[in-house]
Amino acid sequence: MDTLLACAVVAVCMGPQLAAVDADRGKALWEAKCIGCHALDANRVGPLHRGVFGRKAGTAPGFTYSVAVRNAGFVWDETRLEKWLAGPAQFLPGSRMGFSVADPADRADIIAYLKSLSGG
Amino acid sequence: MSSIIDTGRRSLLRASGTAVLSAAAVALLAGSERMAAQAQGTSQASDVQILNVALGLEHEAISAYAIAAGSGLVSKAVLPVAVQFQGHHKEHRDALIATIRKLGGMPVAARPDAEVATALNAKALKSQTDVLRLAQRLERGAANAYIGVIPSFSDRALAQVSARLASDETMHWVVLSQALGDSLPPKALFFGA
Ligand code: HEC
Repeated sequence: MDTLLACAVVAVCMGPQLAAVDADRGKALWEAKCIGCHALDANRVGPLHRGVFGRKAGTAPGFTYSVAVRNAGFVWDETRLEKWLAGPAQFLPGSRMGFSVADPADRADIIAYLKSLSGG
Repeated sequence: MSSIIDTGRRSLLRASGTAVLSAAAVALLAGSERMAAQAQGTSQASDVQILNVALGLEHEAISAYAIAAGSGLVSKAVLPVAVQFQGHHKEHRDALIATIRKLGGMPVAARPDAEVATALNAKALKSQTDVLRLAQRLERGAANAYIGVIPSFSDRALAQVSARLASDETMHWVVLSQALGDSLPPKALFFGA
């Protein structure tokens, strides 16, 4: 019963937050925060972003990655991107992005935007 | 009203014409001797990595202004300003290279302008407004990048340098926005957000 109640409370608390994930806001945030180093369709200081959601880490053609990202060995999904944007150096020590996004809601919206670019 | 925000005939877009000295730029990072003397370690290596990413940004900005200046789209009034901004980015570049070297790192090389032109899709630029918009977006992105990497530096002197670099990019953004006739952001804390 207690567990059920807790779940109900969590559902009520989480529900609106999850529903609020906003890819349009994520696009605006991407334009502000990521565009210094990334483009959608070309490698710049950072690798190209179109399709990064669902792509194997460290595999944008023609980009020279750190060993840490090149050997990460996973596919970028919500969980991985969330950890990466919260603290890339903590998530993949030796990586060289050095740029993090402090606000969890901002991270969620940016990830939703990246996902939308992959047709998700 | 100061001439700097006079959008009339006399224009905000007037470069001062002062020559830029890279020696002065290097002095910007006056703490670097001390930093170099500090013990080598992974935190220093990661600082160097961040500085090298920043250097990549500066190389790109220098190319972007060269591409803009050579595009034939920029008027006589705007050209000196583009050249002056490019000069600022060259000072940033020189300061970053000096610091990376002092920390025992290898500064990244610049990509050829033609590669940068492709990466920035320069062929889509059809007017001076397009050029100014691109520069405005990139300068804001650079300011935000410099703000965003501040917490990652283990050396606080480098974090401060990053803030100073961000401020220069903001200065550029303001002038570009003014030239485009954009109004100021309605809310404070616009950068880094
Ligand atoms: C200061 C420059 C900079 C900024 C700003 C920046 N990045 Fe990066 N990013 C990099 C670099 C450099 C790499 C390559 C890292 C490596 O190889 O260790 C990278 C890599 C990545 C990767 C891995 C891609 C792949 O192909 O495996 C993702 C995902 C990413 N960035 C997302 C973002 C997002 C989202 C933002 C904006 C919130 C952002 N980055 C802002 C420089 C930056």
